[in-house]
This record gives sequence, C-alpha cells and structure tokens, in this order.
Amino acid sequence: MPKELVLVSDTTQTMVGFARTLRAAGVEASTDRVQALLSALSQLDVTYGRDAYWAGRLTMCAGPLDVERYNAAFAAYFGNELPRVARVGLVPQQPKLISVQTAPDQNMGEDEDLQSNPMLSKASDIELLRRKDFAALSEAERDEARRLLARLDVRGPSRRSLRWTPAPRGGVDARRTVRAMLRRGGEIEEIYARRHRPRPRRIVELIDVSGSMEMYADAHLRFAHVLTRRRPDVEVFTIGTRLTRVTRQLTVRDPDAALRAVGTAVPDWSGGTRLGELLKAFLDRWGQRGTARGAVLVIASDGWERGDATLLGEQMARLHRLAHAVIWVNPHAGKEGYVPATAGMTAALPYIDALVAGHNVAAFEALAQRLSQEGNSGA
Amino acid sequence: MAVNAVSNGAVPDSPDTLQSRLESVGYLADTGLATAAYLAIRMGRPLFLEGEAGVGKTALAHALAQLYDAPLIRLQCYEGIDAAQALYDWDFPRQLLHLRASEAAGINDVKQLEGELYDRRFLLARPLLQAIETSPSVLLIDEVDRADDEFEAFLLEVLSDFTISIPELGTIKAIEPPIVVVTSNRTREVHDALKRRCLYHWLEHPAYDREVAIIRRRLPEVTERLATEVAAAAQLLRLRDLLKPPGVAESIDWTRALLMLGARTLDVDAAARTLGAVLKYREDTDRITAEGLESLIGSIGRG
Repeated sequence: MPKELVLVSDTTQTMVGFARTLRAAGVEASTDRVQALLSALSQLDVTYGRDAYWAGRLTMCAGPLDVERYNAAFAAYFGNELPRVARVGLVPQQPKLISVQTAPDQNMGEDEDLQSNPMLSKASDIELLRRKDFAALSEAERDEARRLLARLDVRGPSRRSLRWTPAPRGGVDARRTVRAMLRRGGEIEEIYARRHRPRPRRIVELIDVSGSMEMYADAHLRFAHVLTRRRPDVEVFTIGTRLTRVTRQLTVRDPDAALRAVGTAVPDWSGGTRLGELLKAFLDRWGQRGTARGAVLVIASDGWERGDATLLGEQMARLHRLAHAVIWVNPHAGKEGYVPATAGMTAALPYIDALVAGHNVAAFEALAQRLSQEGNSGA
Repeated sequence: MAVNAVSNGAVPDSPDTLQSRLESVGYLADTGLATAAYLAIRMGRPLFLEGEAGVGKTALAHALAQLYDAPLIRLQCYEGIDAAQALYDWDFPRQLLHLRASEAAGINDVKQLEGELYDRRFLLARPLLQAIETSPSVLLIDEVDRADDEFEAFLLEVLSDFTISIPELGTIKAIEPPIVVVTSNRTREVHDALKRRCLYHWLEHPAYDREVAIIRRRLPEVTERLATEVAAAAQLLRLRDLLKPPGVAESIDWTRALLMLGARTLDVDAAARTLGAVLKYREDTDRITAEGLESLIGSIGRG
C-alpha cells in the first residue's frame, strides 16, 4: 500500500495527530485504521474538508456512537470545518455516575473478618439458611447465602438451532449417507441420521434496584453473575429510575468484584421505580432490536409501580410477544397468603408465563430449575 | 490491490462522479454514501452499511450492479448459515450417478475415477464462490447481523483475500475482487474485526428534499404534490415515538398504494385506507389514528 500514498508528510502527521484526538474521544483508532484512513485520503482530494471528514468517518467508526464521538473530535481538531451532516439517530448516552450509593450495612467486601466465624457448617444449618428470607439474614448468614448462590447449578434453557449434528436417531442425513456410499463405491452400508443441534437460549434479566427491592437486588445480581459466568448469551439490566446495562460489569470472575463494578455503574440504587417507562426504554433500545426476541426474560421486581400501571401493562404485552417466556420473580410471592394485588402486578399478570418466589436460596434453586425447563420446546 | 474492482473503464474519478452516475440509474445517494461507495470501489474494501430497515442499504447494491452492468450476487444471512450454504458444496447425487455410469462403462482405474469425481463440474457454487468466480460482480451480504457470530469469522477470512481453497480441487482466487456491500440492521453488534476490514457507513433516513426526489425518481407517474405530501408525512411520522418508523421503502410503498387508489393528494380518507403501507405495527396504527389523521395531514399541508 505505501506506494499509493501520494500524500505529503504533513498530511500523515496531521492525521496521526487526529487519530490521537480520536482515541482520547473514545474512538478506537488503531494503527490499521489509520493506515486505511491514509490510503482513503490518497484517493480523495485532501485539501477539501468534506472529503477528509468522510475518509476519516468511514475508516475510523464502528457504530453510531462512534460517529457522534468522531464528529466532536473532528470539530475539535480541525476547527469548524465540520461539514453539515444529519444527526445520527441515537439518543445520547447519559453520563454515568461514579459514586456508589449502596446502603452501608449491606455493603460487600467485608467478607474477610466474617470468614473466620466457623458457624453454619452443619448441613441442618444450611438447610435452615436455604429457607430463610434474605431480608431476615444476619451479616454472617448473608455471606454464607452468597456462597450458596455462587455454587448454584444453572443449566438454563436451550433451543433448536438450524444446524445439524450427527445423531443415533433422527432424520436421514443424506449428505453423510451419500458420502459414505461414494467411499464404498456406491454401496449403501448404513443410513446415517442427524438432528438439529440444540443451542443455549438467550436469558435476559431485568433487576429492579429500587428501594423496596433493596434486600433482594443483591441476591438477584449474584444469580445473574452465576448465569453470566456459566452460559453464553446472557444480558442483565438494572431498572429503578434508569435503565442500566450491567452485562459487561458482571463478566468479572470474582462475584464480589463484579458486584462492586455493578455498584459503580448503576446510578439509581434504592430510588423509586418507573417500571412501565423503563420496560419501554428496554424494549425500544434493546428488546425489539433482538435482545428480547426468543429469549427467556426474567424480571426481578416486587411490581411496585408508582402511579398509573397502564403503560406497564402495554409494555408487558409487547415483551410477551417478543420473548419466548417471561418469568416474574417476586420476593413476596413465596410468602404465605401472598396475592398479586399491587397495581403493577395486576397489570403485568396476564403476560407472565410464571410468577415465582425469590426471597431465599431455595427459591433461587427452584428458579434455576425453572429456567432449564422453560424454553426447551423443540430441542 | 486497489483500483481493480471494475476494469471495464467505469472507475469513477471522484465521489461526485459516482454520485451522478448512481443518479443516472435511479439511486440518489448523499455525499457521505457516495464517498463511501467511491472509496469502497477504489480501495477494494467491502462497504459495511448499517442503519434502520428501509433506508436503502440493499438498494445501493442493486444500483451498483446496474451501474456496472455486473451480476448482483446475494448472500442472505440467517441464523445457522454455514460454509456449505455460503461457499460451495459437492453435488453428491451427480457424483454418484457419474460413479455408476463409469462402472457400467467398465472403467476401473480408481485414481482416474477419483479425479473425475472431484471435478469442478460437480462443485455447486454458493454465493461467495460465485462472486469470486464472476468478474466483475457485486456481492451483497445481506443482514449479516442475523448470522451467528462464528459465521463472521468465516466471512472475514473470505473477504480478506477473496481466495477460497477447496481441499479436493485447489485454490480459487478472484481475478478481480467483487464490489462487496455488507448490510446490517443492527439487531446485534457485529464483531469489530469484521467492521475493521470494511468501510463503515451509518445510513440515515434521507432529508425531506432528497426523499421527495427519491419518490419521484422511483415512481415517475406521481404528481409533485403527492410526492411532497407523502415525504412530509413520512418525516413527521419518524419524529413520533413509533415502534417501527417508516423508511424510504415504506414511503415509496405508500405512494404506490395511493397511486393505485387513484389518489392525487394525500387526504385524510386516502391516508386512512393506505396506512398499512407505512405503519407495520398495530400499536403504531392505533396510535396515529388516535392522535387523529387530520392533525397529521393538516400539519403537512402548510409545511
């Protein structure tokens, strides 16, 4: 490629400097991309601002968000030569808060001094703990419960893929059979069978982190962490007053570190809930585009909706049409005499495939099992 | 490897030239898209187009094929697509037939027979191999976001050097790499490595003037008034919070539907009867109807 570079060294230097600005602005301007940019420029009239803009944008960006950052960096670096282009059709991302706002008493990271406590070692104690409400746990018990959650056996749902795999029984695998025939000079010796290969079905968890869910959100995030570690294609969001995608934060191996990362990323711990609005935000931004399609949706919330629940009902209907199954985990559902009577729950109920409890370790074990059953249609 | 995409004397010398040439085949591209296509051709890189459904991603590939009088080879991606469906496959039934025929003719030379069985004529060329064997050609890899991510790695390999090696046959290399257009609806994030091989362009809905021009271009029989009204209404609909905002494809469909009904202008009655051509979700239809078509039509009249 160097042969084609008819650029004066000035341009090269200018562009390398520009690439640095881009990197500072958050666009991944790798060396091969810079090279592509230079080779693009050699095809264009460099002195012309518009062409330089497009050459850079086409080679440096990898998504609409990049385009926005690129525009800003271009304007900053080249002055006001930015050609007029249509605004990229994405809502600008809200800046994330950096401070953690968890309640001090249920903070993680103080496991060290508690680990020396040799209690809860007996099986019967563990059995008791499994059935004890998260809200009623002492610090030491909570620690043990977290360990139990981390060891949870999650197999999760699967679905049929288009791909075929050899199988002892199933449809006739014509290709393999004929190939074997060819090998044997045209004699049929065996008829091979094949079946659709099952693949993991996507799981999407929406976790309510509002004030009323304070005691349970931690357990749900830990459950989500186990899912993320053990299975491909898991997406986790928190909902409160804002929708936050925390999938990336949860990929850290250590559960406590992962939870700390989530704590930093989520700006709305223990606030109010706007379930309907946030569900809509999720569906608009992610769900409809594909995240919710054919997935098993797990909503962890007590269904406390401030104000009118009509929107929640509408959005649940929409979600139900996109998702393969919707499981609502309500911490109160496991308690005796529970009736889903809150406005939010009533609105959501017609669109839920299963309403399950989520108040203790045993409930989470049941949820894990439920997840494996859900969505195995046609596998 | 640049400037070899199209050798039949049609390599444009600037984005503007390409823009006007595209216009001559009925595709109205804006500066950004024209520059993107121009660079893709000159640099021999695939063009990765992303944007909402119906903004004209696929149409660009059609226009380029028409412009260069080259066949458009289309690879429609879907979940579970694999190499046998994208690249090549052996025609087993025919091979078998050949084997039986040779036996009947009394040919027993194993080596010769084997050589014959894996001949090019028993190879079924799927889109990618077709595109490599046909020059010039335009290869459209449509909706790559629907394929699995493993497929992307495979595509990356083919798009890097336009060479396919077939164990039984040898290596097939493109004499002249095809012009490649890759489209994505962004239902899934496509891997960065693939994008890095390409020129990336985010395609927007066209501005009002351009949309009017596109409609008039595609449907020459339409009156200017109807075209402007439909374009204005489509622009307004895109501002609403709809599940599926209409793309240019929908505007054209809508105009066509209106023409079928013999409508000369976009009035409330005609709009109500043809709303299904623009709005593809019941919720969207309900919503616009509830807000009143009168207000929608009313606000375009003066615009």
